[in-house]
Amino acid sequence: MILSLFKDEMEIVREQDVVPFRNRVREYAVRIKMGLVNQTKLITAASELVRNMLNYAKGGRIRIEVVTRGRDDGIRLTFADKGPGIPNIDLAMKDGYTTGKGLGLGLPGAKRLVNEFNIQSEAGKGTTVTIIKWTNG
Amino acid sequence: MEKIPILKMGPFLLVTIQVDLYDRLALNLESDLIRMVNKVGSRGVLIDISAVNIVDSFMGRILGNIASMSRILDAQTVVVGMQPAVAITLVELGLPLHGVLTALNVEKGMALLQSLIPPEEDGEEENTANDTFVI
Repeated sequence: MILSLFKDEMEIVREQDVVPFRNRVREYAVRIKMGLVNQTKLITAASELVRNMLNYAKGGRIRIEVVTRGRDDGIRLTFADKGPGIPNIDLAMKDGYTTGKGLGLGLPGAKRLVNEFNIQSEAGKGTTVTIIKWTNG
Repeated sequence: MEKIPILKMGPFLLVTIQVDLYDRLALNLESDLIRMVNKVGSRGVLIDISAVNIVDSFMGRILGNIASMSRILDAQTVVVGMQPAVAITLVELGLPLHGVLTALNVEKGMALLQSLIPPEEDGEEENTANDTFVI
């Protein structure tokens, strides 16, 4: 069972919001004594997902949580946007697939960098991506 | 608007990224650098990312772009000082930075750039210097 110990929210509407967001994620990761490599992986994944939110949905809300599953602590990030949604998630999760002008690495790359990855999307309503990185994961 | 300074050191350009980059800043650096390579006829670009904590797919793509664009303009690009955690993350992300030369630190990067420049370049410069002297 995963318990949420602490919750924080941030609104992302423009590119300049990304750096303060990354810094805040790092702050919480340091607070739960996450190692540097895992911190870097988490923040890189977060950076990919926040870019998707800005590029495809003109921004959204991010919930930052410190979670625990007993002995292990972790950071859970929930990216929620009200954008156009992703019509085919399987396709979007494939390396190199993009509808924009990026490399198509954002979603599959972010998934590889974290321990838990969940994506839900409804056409016309928006997309929610949840990731968890455990301190020792 | 913030700007990343580009320093000219002889035939090379030196960039040290000391701030957290957001996408617009990285794009500006790309175009500033390429314009500068063209303007001063640089033979090499050295980018120090030792103070950069994260390189995501966008930043990685910018580094790759800078390398290929400068190659077309006859300049080599070396990225130096990447933090180990960043290197681990980049490979796992799926972006192994093909085509970008790297070195451990600024000193080794400079040595690499110097070794990549054909030696006759110096001779030509001396000739032009002599010509001006005669005039």
